[in-house]
Amino acid sequence: MTRALTILRRRLVGSVFVLLIVVIGSFLLLEAAPGDAVDAYIVSTGGDAGMIELLRHRWGLDQSELTRLANYLWALLHFDLGQSVTFSRPIRDVILERLPTTLLLMGSATALSFGLGSALGIYAGAAPGSLRDRFLSIGSLALYAVPGFWLGLVLIVFFAVDLRWLPIGGIETIASAKTGLARAADIATHLVLPVSALGFIYLALYLRMMRAGMAEAWRQDFVLAARARGLPRRRIVLAHVARNALLPLVTMLGLQSAQMLGGSVVIESVFAVPGLGRLAQEAVAGRDTPLLLGIILVSAVLVIVINLLVDLTYAFLDPRVGAGEASA
Amino acid sequence: MSEFTISRRGLLAGSALLLASTALPTIGFAQTPKKGGRLVLAADSEPRNLNPAIVASNGVFFISSKIVETLAEASFDGKDGLEPRLALSWEGAADGLSVTFKLRDGVKWHDGKPFTSADVAFSALQIWKPLQNLGRTVFKDLEAVDTPDEHTAIFKFVKPTPSQLIRNALPALSSVVPQHLYELGKIEDNPANNAPVGTGPFKFAEYKAGQYYRLTRNGAYWGKDEPYLDEIVYQVLPDRTSAASALEAEEIQLAAFSAVPLADLDRISKVPGLKVITKGYEGLTYQLVVEINHRRKELADVKVRQAIAHAIDKDFVVKTIFLGYAATATGPVPKNDPQFYTADVPTYAFDVAKANALLDEAGYKRADDGKRFALKLLPAPYFNETKQFGDYLRQALAAVGIDAEIVNNDSAAHIKAVYTDHAFDLAVGPPVFRGDPAISTTILVQSGIPDGVPFSNQGGYKNAELDALIVKASETLDTAARTDLYKEFQKKVAADLPLINVAEWSFISVARDTVGNIANNPRWAVSNWADTYLES
Repeated sequence: MTRALTILRRRLVGSVFVLLIVVIGSFLLLEAAPGDAVDAYIVSTGGDAGMIELLRHRWGLDQSELTRLANYLWALLHFDLGQSVTFSRPIRDVILERLPTTLLLMGSATALSFGLGSALGIYAGAAPGSLRDRFLSIGSLALYAVPGFWLGLVLIVFFAVDLRWLPIGGIETIASAKTGLARAADIATHLVLPVSALGFIYLALYLRMMRAGMAEAWRQDFVLAARARGLPRRRIVLAHVARNALLPLVTMLGLQSAQMLGGSVVIESVFAVPGLGRLAQEAVAGRDTPLLLGIILVSAVLVIVINLLVDLTYAFLDPRVGAGEASA
Repeated sequence: MSEFTISRRGLLAGSALLLASTALPTIGFAQTPKKGGRLVLAADSEPRNLNPAIVASNGVFFISSKIVETLAEASFDGKDGLEPRLALSWEGAADGLSVTFKLRDGVKWHDGKPFTSADVAFSALQIWKPLQNLGRTVFKDLEAVDTPDEHTAIFKFVKPTPSQLIRNALPALSSVVPQHLYELGKIEDNPANNAPVGTGPFKFAEYKAGQYYRLTRNGAYWGKDEPYLDEIVYQVLPDRTSAASALEAEEIQLAAFSAVPLADLDRISKVPGLKVITKGYEGLTYQLVVEINHRRKELADVKVRQAIAHAIDKDFVVKTIFLGYAATATGPVPKNDPQFYTADVPTYAFDVAKANALLDEAGYKRADDGKRFALKLLPAPYFNETKQFGDYLRQALAAVGIDAEIVNNDSAAHIKAVYTDHAFDLAVGPPVFRGDPAISTTILVQSGIPDGVPFSNQGGYKNAELDALIVKASETLDTAARTDLYKEFQKKVAADLPLINVAEWSFISVARDTVGNIANNPRWAVSNWADTYLES
């Protein structure tokens, strides 16, 4: 347990600096982009010089960059994410509204790609070089090579337009007044296609990694020893070969969760899912600096937390991890 | 389908066809409207402010025009091209110093309070004039609004203001909001800006960000038996391909504002149960324009500008980029405008040889590599068609020895580059013609506009004669004389080419056959839909 606590403490201290660098870096990057929130806004309205000046003043864009950054950091210190200019609402509310959707989509897709990917990986890796191994490896690579939006569109055309089994998009039926289990079932039906589109693409990653790890493990002495002891084949595959191949997959899980946050922009747009990815895209297009910073901050915290969990899982799976840190 | 072919070919093809098309809706949809039902349609953007009195833009009207009404709406066959809404009549004084509106009796706000002339006076003086994007220009000389009784509002101007301009501005600029909800606190921060309260046929019910807007029937609406629909739901579909799929899957019944891309229309028109409609946007015409930076010495020469005009094959642009859903342009007023358009202007036929000759004449001979000079070309990113035309223009210019380099930006960056930084030589823009040249058209060529004003002359063009003409037209009260001045304006612009008008286009709706009373006015998508109905 002390091992876990040490890892936790070290990571938390480091995280604060990471977050600070992320915030300042993103702020400067967005400032460097030509045009500000008012420029983005008047695209759809037009307006005379007086109106534009009025807007810049109201949205605080007539202040210098440094003042705005200082104000933002000061507010952040008080856990205030500020006000979104594109939504004219507190950023905390805007993000909290979308976060559950993104977590649900991302979590389900990760679970799908990790669960199915490693299961198929074990199936393929149990007999490296066999026909089923080749078939699965090539099939998963083909899926990996497919662009996400295209897979999404094909799924829509097939399952929603032609067969009409599943809804085309959105997160739940509009104004259906469903509650409880009925609502959960409704959301689940809406998630089938986006989760599949997102999950199937990353499936190959886990499958290939699991398979490669197992192919490697088969050649190890301890596997030979296990076979010599006369253990059942099923037990050798699961407890000896697969367990040893699992560690890199956990690392991958941590890395990929960060990627999923970004990768879901496309899927969220195609399936009209109101998640963080789309929000981030709108924030960039609208030059809504505080909103984008809020999203980046929340995502960064998520990534940090997920990686922390991964490290703790790692320590649990492999007793050697963190032992050095704890004794230091 | 015959309707569709007629209007496709004749789209924007002049006032004669406009009149013909007005007759069609009554023939096409002669059924008795049914009551009830929920209309679900695609929305591709979520405006940050839903108050049409502050933000007069199509994105806002698309949703808010069902909730908040204007004094009058555009009409195919009404007097002055208008149909009464909150105002029953409008009468401009001969001296141009006042306009008298008689208001509708017995109208109630959605919260039950009565609508009176005080609401009109408040909206005009506190919102349209000081805050509204377009009203700040049109109502700049509005000094007071007298309300002798609850149903009369008299607009008083400090300077003579043409009543034709005020009339033409009514459909877009005159949304009336309730004084009793807006008189306390800052108007810009009012919660009703995001949950509007009006007098319209539908009430604002709810908004789920990123998902949908829902409007419900106003049972106390002044229109007899109206509205027919129980609910209107705008489903937010950010991906343009999904609107077509959603229509096919019968999840939505309508996609307006060309939510279905032009390239998909041919396929979707063959799907049983769906119809493609090109009408109902006559009052929302967009113009494809080449904006010119006259600070470049080559472009300051009218011969070079004429050469560029001759280098563009407008028919090709209409056929290939707009797939026929557009019309070629002759000048700064679109062909489908019933009041101001004149065809009697200098024209520039597609003629590469002539363009080359003009450039030679101007003294820009081809160098050894065949190039005369290089330019920076910034196509506006707001529409697929503006980007595609940018690519076409680059090729067209290459044919006459002008080497154009395309600079792609996103919307915010494009606005800043062109209208604030003037960091362009040529730009492709889509200005909107709003029914009167004084609202947003003359500003495209007038000089003396401060930096940073979007969709205005930021190319440094200065023509004293044209400036004088614009001022004179803005002060001319007689409708016929004023109209003639704008015809003169079109001639001068076409002759001197401060910018080059290439094409005019509008939007397309795709709907299920069950949706009735579609496209029955020239601003249908942004009108109140009180008579829209669903056959079960």
